[in-house]
Amino acid sequence: MFATTRTAARLAHRKSPRDARFHFVARERKQPKKKLTTEEAQIPGAFEGETVSRRRFMTGTAHAASGIAVAAFTLPAVGFAVAPVFDKQEPRWETVGPVGDFPDDTYVPRTLTLVRGIGDVGKSTVYIRKYNTDLDDEERDEYNEFIAISTRCMHLGCPVRFVAASERFICPCHGGVYDFQGKVDGGPPVRPLDRFYTRIRNGNLEVGPRFSVNSELKRFSPRDPGMPLDGIGQYLYPARPSVRKLPNT
Amino acid sequence: MANLKPPLPRALRPKPKGPSEDNGKAKPGRKEKLAQKGISTIDWIDERTALSGGARWVMFRKIPRGTNWFYTLGSASLFAFLSQAVTGVILAMYYDPSATRAYESVRYLTNEVFLGEFVRGMHKWGSTVMVILVFLHMGRTFFYGAYKYPRELNWVIGVVLLILTLFMSFTGYLLPFDQRSFWATTVGVAINGTGPLVGPYLNDFLRAGPEFGVTTLARFYALHMLVLPGAMAAMIGAHLYLVARLGTTAPPWLKADIPADSRKDGT
Repeated sequence: MFATTRTAARLAHRKSPRDARFHFVARERKQPKKKLTTEEAQIPGAFEGETVSRRRFMTGTAHAASGIAVAAFTLPAVGFAVAPVFDKQEPRWETVGPVGDFPDDTYVPRTLTLVRGIGDVGKSTVYIRKYNTDLDDEERDEYNEFIAISTRCMHLGCPVRFVAASERFICPCHGGVYDFQGKVDGGPPVRPLDRFYTRIRNGNLEVGPRFSVNSELKRFSPRDPGMPLDGIGQYLYPARPSVRKLPNT
Repeated sequence: MANLKPPLPRALRPKPKGPSEDNGKAKPGRKEKLAQKGISTIDWIDERTALSGGARWVMFRKIPRGTNWFYTLGSASLFAFLSQAVTGVILAMYYDPSATRAYESVRYLTNEVFLGEFVRGMHKWGSTVMVILVFLHMGRTFFYGAYKYPRELNWVIGVVLLILTLFMSFTGYLLPFDQRSFWATTVGVAINGTGPLVGPYLNDFLRAGPEFGVTTLARFYALHMLVLPGAMAAMIGAHLYLVARLGTTAPPWLKADIPADSRKDGT
């Protein structure tokens, strides 16, 4: 019944002696008739004033329902997987020894626990010395009475080693060399070695969160290795929302 | 001429045929009965699934003249994948993806478990073999021009499979959790981070945080044994479907074999 009604309607247009195809196009251009209700579209069993047929409405409902069902497990799963990216890290301070242990003309290595609960993997060496007024020219504040240099190479993250004889930090992987202040002296690294905030509490030195520096030793929120911070680098490699440098530093 | 052979013992003499069997046909032997049973089982399945048509469509394809040993590189890659899948499942029975116990579990399965070193060796060296085979397969496709119309989509799927294979190598490298794999992954993640704008976020997703943390290893393990193999299996299915549907190409040095009567028409 449905088909016959349609066919009859279509045949009605072809009464003209002209080519049916051209006739149809011409008619469409003259008066593009929009069928607003199902009754006008000649769908059998349509209610008066109904704009969507029941079949289309049910199809749409079924599609929407399955879409909601899929989203109901997909979105939480994806959120669960990417959640650590936005997980805010609270700054942690770790005591590394009495202030007297650290001279200003060479570095003293200390082991720092960066991540707890995973044994040796979460530990890292940090090189510490006192601020040297002859050498260092950064503005002094409460966080740099002592300089704590990270051993993470800023080329691709291998562990660097301080060689006292040459007063250089040297990376075993791809030949990165840093000077006494941790600035790049040669090889592929893109910025000076990261540092850690330090503070003095009850005569003991405490090492806090990591921060990154550009070639002028200006402080930036911590970035991963391989991300330059000079020029547009800080915009090309945005800081993560969860881990920032300490405010006003 | 008289029969000079001695008569057969009673037990070995053929039984006289029964009245219903005596219609000129021999009674089916054990082999025939067994074959009949096999055929009827297959028929039972085929009647309900109609799989035999598909199986014939996949297996009895026409292949062009000039098909040579280089055409087996795809199958070789597939078998490398299957070998990795089987050995990987067995390794997963012994492996413990925790930062404090992973190395010990690998040491245990390598040194203490019967055939452990052999199965782990197959998985370890097989991964390298698979990468080599996939590249050779890609080279064959490229140099034979087999990526051209209508097989472009299969080339694209193949590139996706190549990338997934390399991702498998990357995520699997961390799992033994010795010094080499830890630092190689540190470097690998840092390389990944050098991509501008998205690099830092991809890094944090891979590591599950700003540092190599408690769940990083578990994340690599889940990617290595669930996400990537699942994606690869699906992609291999699509790849093989297109191979069966479009057929393989003849080597480029072969000229089209046009029958003599068609040539007269000027083709």
